[in-house]
Amino acid sequence: MEVPILKQGDVLIATVQAALTDADLLHFRTSLIQQVVRCRSRGVIVDVTSLDVMDSFASRTLREIAQMIRLRGAETVIVGIQPEVAFTMVQLGLKLEDVATALDLEEGLAHLQQRSASTA
Amino acid sequence: MARIDTDSSSTQVQEEYSESAERTKPGSVLLRELVAHLRDNRTQLREEWARRITEARLLTAMTKEEVFAEATSVYNNYVEALETGTFEALQAYARNLSERIIPRGVETHEVVGIVLLLRDVLARSLFAKYQTDFTKLNRILDAYEPAANRIANTVAVGFVQERERIIREQQEAIRELSTPVLQVRERLLILPIIGVIDAQRARQLTEQLLRGIRTNRAKVVVIDITGVAAMDATVANHLVQTVEASRLLGATVIVTGLSPEIAQTIVNIGVDLGKMNTVGDLQGGIEQAERLLGYKAVPLAEAS
Repeated sequence: MEVPILKQGDVLIATVQAALTDADLLHFRTSLIQQVVRCRSRGVIVDVTSLDVMDSFASRTLREIAQMIRLRGAETVIVGIQPEVAFTMVQLGLKLEDVATALDLEEGLAHLQQRSASTA
Repeated sequence: MARIDTDSSSTQVQEEYSESAERTKPGSVLLRELVAHLRDNRTQLREEWARRITEARLLTAMTKEEVFAEATSVYNNYVEALETGTFEALQAYARNLSERIIPRGVETHEVVGIVLLLRDVLARSLFAKYQTDFTKLNRILDAYEPAANRIANTVAVGFVQERERIIREQQEAIRELSTPVLQVRERLLILPIIGVIDAQRARQLTEQLLRGIRTNRAKVVVIDITGVAAMDATVANHLVQTVEASRLLGATVIVTGLSPEIAQTIVNIGVDLGKMNTVGDLQGGIEQAERLLGYKAVPLAEAS
């Protein structure tokens, strides 16, 4: 299943709409990293609102995406993690350390704006 | 009743019994006789019972008059249950009685004690009445014992159930009261925790907090645990997990009012304190939260 990646100003918005297989995740990672530089984006938002499970591979991939995008000169925010998912992730030790998170898309955009304002 | 009887009085009883066997339960004639005996001697037996209760130092939370009044109704209900063989009325009475006496601090052993005393008093009076006729005594006891046991059982179970119901209600009330998630400012929640936290309460707390973060769109949460004296490693670990889960929802958590004991527990379980944002007291926590949100509280005079 393809994850749509939308460009909005200097931000890329990727909305994960259903549970992804491991292959889908890797494909998503590749295309997102390619597009960051192609679109000259400063920030990436990955929206996982519709996911009600997050396994270790998915959360590790999200973390890798954030790290890779940082190396490509942009910042990532994961938004919309459900409360139950968040607690399960923490219990499994999947804490997405050093990845920015926000409540929803709006918050994520606000976070990126703040960051670019402080670095500009 | 598979006992062979040659005794004349019991033969007569047997005949009566077979006549009425279709309408009533086995032993009903004996029971009727028994009930009549208990009714005829009720004043004396009740007094005897009340005296034994006082002697045994039961129901000390109640006055003598109250004990006697309750003893009268218990006695009547007891005899009625013996007579009818139905326990609903007694059950209702036991529940009602428990409702009244539990708040006064009457213990389970006292309630069971007085019912067993009554059982004993009545059995003794039966011994006294039928001591000359051993066979009949045996048969009376055959009728009396199972019913009396059932009555004791019903009253004790009724009392315990009532107690459990009260405990459940109180637990429910405490649970509901115990974890308020309060919004004190736009995007700022506080979660004051008071009392003992067990695993269940910790889980409920986490659930309410995470849901609260979502519905109030909170960015900063202050968890105040001034009112928590100590917590075990499991709960402390849970608290830390809650802080991390809140971060995944995009909220920053500030923990305030950690007692020295809890601070020790958290260090002992080896939590990375870099991830925990802690401030000494609630005031400091709210001030820091306001700073994070970009608020600044200034006196009106200065502001104008």
